[in-house]
Amino acid sequence: MIKNNALKLYGETLSSRLLLGTAQYPSPQILIGSIQSSATQVITVSVRRESGTSRDGQRFWQLLKQSNCKILPNTAGCRTVKEALNTAQMARELFNTDWIKLEVIGNDDTLQPDVFGLVEAARELCQQGFKVFPYTTDDLVVGEQLLAAGCEVLMPWGAPIGSGRGLQNPKALESYRHYFPEIPLVVDAGIGLPSHATQAMEIGYDAVLLNTAIADSGQPTLMAKAFAHAIEAGRFAYLAQPIAQRDMAQPSTPVAGTPFWIS
Amino acid sequence: MQIILNGEAITTNKTTLASLLIEQGYEGMVVATALNQLFVAKDHRDRTLLEDDCEIEIVAPMQGG
Repeated sequence: MIKNNALKLYGETLSSRLLLGTAQYPSPQILIGSIQSSATQVITVSVRRESGTSRDGQRFWQLLKQSNCKILPNTAGCRTVKEALNTAQMARELFNTDWIKLEVIGNDDTLQPDVFGLVEAARELCQQGFKVFPYTTDDLVVGEQLLAAGCEVLMPWGAPIGSGRGLQNPKALESYRHYFPEIPLVVDAGIGLPSHATQAMEIGYDAVLLNTAIADSGQPTLMAKAFAHAIEAGRFAYLAQPIAQRDMAQPSTPVAGTPFWIS
Repeated sequence: MQIILNGEAITTNKTTLASLLIEQGYEGMVVATALNQLFVAKDHRDRTLLEDDCEIEIVAPMQGG
């Protein structure tokens, strides 16, 4: 029996290590189908302006209730600390949760985090009782400052949001893992293929957060299942302790007793 | 008075955020609000006064990544 310790995020015990975004699905039914086939227990959501007549958000709210998932609201689109703080407060009231995926975007082309604003916003939100999931880079010093600010989870990016490139800097992410051995780490953003998620899990990440790779695929519900298996495979591989790489070949078949062998 | 509601200029004679929500069709809806870029909690809407040119944000759950 494989000992696969459950994931704990801010005291919440989760059996799935996939955190799933809810945007860009072809239809609400495919979104729900993808949530189910991924077996995720945490879905990310956002807040946007609502019209008093169209009621789009109200329909989405009803859909969310069907998911039976823990809700992780984000501050996507925020470019200043002030915007992020106020968006977080609105999200807390809307979704009745103190969980917040904190994004403070510093560049429109790469959507990379403004890590200075991120730390400042994280400090303030933690003081206000939020449980902050910061979308950050793989910079160790920023990670330390986020922990000092009160974060108990770190979410370094794999690649720019929506790029699907996979882990752009796997060595840095490995260092990050080794540097923060006791902190739950989630690779957030840039995942394109299930193998990318497996790679993140193989190097010891605790979970993966993704959206576009499933939602924008040809068959989201099938891709959701692929990611669920890939993340589980990567987790098992990490627990099984992979072999060290070698520079030269080493025979796997025993050499002793080889016919015609002359030493 | 003239105010900005979700980025659009509108005219209203309502004086509180709570009454504006009813006038604009939001009654009973799951929404959160901000006045001049500062969050206004649900319990404070009825005593949050509107002024000329103030900016109101009304948001609801939306898909997100």
